[in-house]
Amino acid sequence: MKELATTLERETPALIGSDENYLSAGHTLKSWLLTTDHKRIGLLYLFSISFFFVIAATAAALMRAELVTPQGDLVTSETYNKLFTIHGVLMVWFFLIPSIPSVLGNFIIPMMIGARDVAFPRLNLLSWYLFIGGGLFALYAIVAGGVDTGWTFYAPLSSVYSNTHVVEMATGIFITGFSSILTGLNFIITIQKMRAPGLTWFRLPLFIWSMFATSLILVLATPVLAITLALMVLERVWGIGIFDPKLGGDPILFQHLFWFYSHPAVYIMILPGMGVISELISCFSRKKIFGYKFVAFSSMAIAVLGFLVWGHHMFVSSQSIYAGMIFSILSFLVAIPSAIKVFNWVATLYRGSISLDTPMLYALGFIGLFTIGGLTGLFLATLAVDVHVTDTYFVVAHFHYIMVGGMVSAFMGGLHYWWPKITGRLYPEKLGQLAAIIMFFGFNLTFFPQFILGYLGMPRRYHAYPPEFQIYQVLSTAGASILAIAYLLPVIYLIWSLKHGKKAGANPWQATGLEWKTSSPPPKHNFDEMPIVTEEAYEYPPLSDEGRELEVSKDA
Amino acid sequence: MKFPFFPEQASTSAQQVDSLYFVLIGISVFFLAIIFLPMIYFLFKYRRGHRANRAPLNISTMRIEVTWTVIPLVLAMGLFAWGAKAYFEMEVPPANALDIDVVGKQWMWKIQHQEGNREINELHIPLGRTVKLTMASEDVIHSFYIPAFRVKQDVVPGRFVTEWFQPTKVGAYHLFCAEYCGADHSKMIGTIYVMPLADYQAWLNRGSGQDTLAQSGARLFRELGCSGCHIGPGTVRAPPLEGLYGKLVPLQTREIVRADDKYIRDSILLPNSQIAAGYQPLMPTFQGHISEEELFQLIAYIKSIANKEPEVAK
Repeated sequence: MKELATTLERETPALIGSDENYLSAGHTLKSWLLTTDHKRIGLLYLFSISFFFVIAATAAALMRAELVTPQGDLVTSETYNKLFTIHGVLMVWFFLIPSIPSVLGNFIIPMMIGARDVAFPRLNLLSWYLFIGGGLFALYAIVAGGVDTGWTFYAPLSSVYSNTHVVEMATGIFITGFSSILTGLNFIITIQKMRAPGLTWFRLPLFIWSMFATSLILVLATPVLAITLALMVLERVWGIGIFDPKLGGDPILFQHLFWFYSHPAVYIMILPGMGVISELISCFSRKKIFGYKFVAFSSMAIAVLGFLVWGHHMFVSSQSIYAGMIFSILSFLVAIPSAIKVFNWVATLYRGSISLDTPMLYALGFIGLFTIGGLTGLFLATLAVDVHVTDTYFVVAHFHYIMVGGMVSAFMGGLHYWWPKITGRLYPEKLGQLAAIIMFFGFNLTFFPQFILGYLGMPRRYHAYPPEFQIYQVLSTAGASILAIAYLLPVIYLIWSLKHGKKAGANPWQATGLEWKTSSPPPKHNFDEMPIVTEEAYEYPPLSDEGRELEVSKDA
Repeated sequence: MKFPFFPEQASTSAQQVDSLYFVLIGISVFFLAIIFLPMIYFLFKYRRGHRANRAPLNISTMRIEVTWTVIPLVLAMGLFAWGAKAYFEMEVPPANALDIDVVGKQWMWKIQHQEGNREINELHIPLGRTVKLTMASEDVIHSFYIPAFRVKQDVVPGRFVTEWFQPTKVGAYHLFCAEYCGADHSKMIGTIYVMPLADYQAWLNRGSGQDTLAQSGARLFRELGCSGCHIGPGTVRAPPLEGLYGKLVPLQTREIVRADDKYIRDSILLPNSQIAAGYQPLMPTFQGHISEEELFQLIAYIKSIANKEPEVAK
């Protein structure tokens, strides 16, 4: 049946400019829940991760409110511990990891490479159902009373001592992990096998390179997370001694296994962002990306080196000091490809024709925040300094600069950039710019004070704290309230734009890239004719001295 | 409301860590400058509509790419080497330190001095003296963190870990548990008192008359029945423990190990893991029958008889 329907559609392609597109192809709930269209699946992810983001952000808001005063007076310490666990688990596994890959990646990858869909559309839908299934377990664990282990689930606290719903939460993450693996697998095969004629590896947009690197990590690292959580549950439920020394286990083994997944997972959470930034910087300075191959290969270098640095989370864990030295030098090495990317992005601006539209503001914000996040990473890679700042607010600030300052900026930039493609409508530009600027300042006010707090010695995951730290906690909470406005604003105007935004047309940014060569919103099968690629990525026309394009772009 | 900017510097390692920290800040400012100054300049000069030369670049980018790969690489390797050297010094305790035992448990720090003084969530130490903590955990992972000394060490259950420091300034400093350990993690805090030597002696003497750690260990040694086999006539079945501590021990497996704290700990809790050459695996495990604090006492006792000669079995 399904094959027949597909064949029929293939024979009667929708015409460009006709009203038939992937959104109007069906309006029933069933047409969404049983869709195999990568674009609709991307949107299903967008709704689901936004839902989890709201819960995780609410948990953060309650924590920030608690921390305004040094006494633990708003919630009990048990509740506080559950709040940071919910925040961490949901943000990492149910927002950040699927954010750019599953939403923007699903939507854009097939169109960017000139394909009709991903390689395995039904598997793609299964990924979403696994994600939702895992999410339901996680929500159940929260509603049933919560979990108090932190997102890191360190044993033997998680495997023996905690009295909360650890097993349910771990089950949720375990199931969601399979969603990651299937998505990664799908992307790898799609990118390998389904590129349009002429789209060679070195003509690919850099977003594709970064998603390819990310997918490799998703497939190779996630099984280790599943193993780790399964072992932890075995010990918790049946008392099989793996991590608890009283049962003959080793707690450090848990950390090795956990970080063997979770450090590469940090790159799952930033590489896709770097890919988006390459697209944005190039489009809004009307220039080919500087050092294309260096940017492309640095993604691969990060993916490979990222697997070899997990021990830098364990410098004070009592692992061998010689192991610590190896992990330290490798951590310094993984900083180099990131630095190369930043230098190339800045060099791309040289002799460009720069316009500061909303996506570009997010991209510039990304460069700023990611650079600070990366440089403070050097502090943490430096063994002697790490001893002092590990497990303090310094670490909290550092990874929020990468995850929120970096990845969320990139996600917002990408969402605004491709919004006209996704919906066929333009968002209000001035409001978009305003939100991007508020986000940048709100973010810095929230997290910069935490660097100082960390060096002063305030440990993370503290419900109550000595009064001399209060001023920075108050600043941080003030910043978080500004940040909340910056997140709320786009929700409002993006929804508004669905009905009232200006019609976007096929290519509102005059951007290169195959996704802009089809109508907005795209037809169900993306392209009416198989696109043929004859040039490299980002071939923008030469510029006049005023920054106008000297020949009319072919797509205009 | 206070506006502190920099933590108290009260140990020899604090000075080392802080100099590295300032170098790192310097390097960060350098990179921020070479990234952001050009970026802001380009954003201004090449904004759309502003007149500027935008002719395509016809240069080889290889040399530029290599430059901005090699310079950060060299700086990074320098930082690595300095950080690793300082770390090595911070991790390896010097000889002749003042030994103090620490036990972490949900949610308190219990401290035993060799002289027999005990404290909870407080640690009194003399100024200028190198102090070496040997630490163990009764339950989950904790972390013994003194920001003013810039030292931190996870206290992992099932093993001994060490941490050392040399205080350089009299005062009271925060002690934090830095590894999340459950409900009252944020209450697992305490105070480190650095005292002039005379005051420290006076403080120690307040506990005079009590058993020293080794004396408590000797009592346990009898109560738990260790003395039945490990001392005097019983030593046909088991190795005598006088003169053992710090020596090399040949094992049944032909390995040779040093009889240090870890060896004694393992011999008490996992007696079958390392059998001394010439003996049968007869000893029962004491896992679950002995607390971490008692282990420290037994070890103190075995240490105290390190210079004695074993009685010859008749």
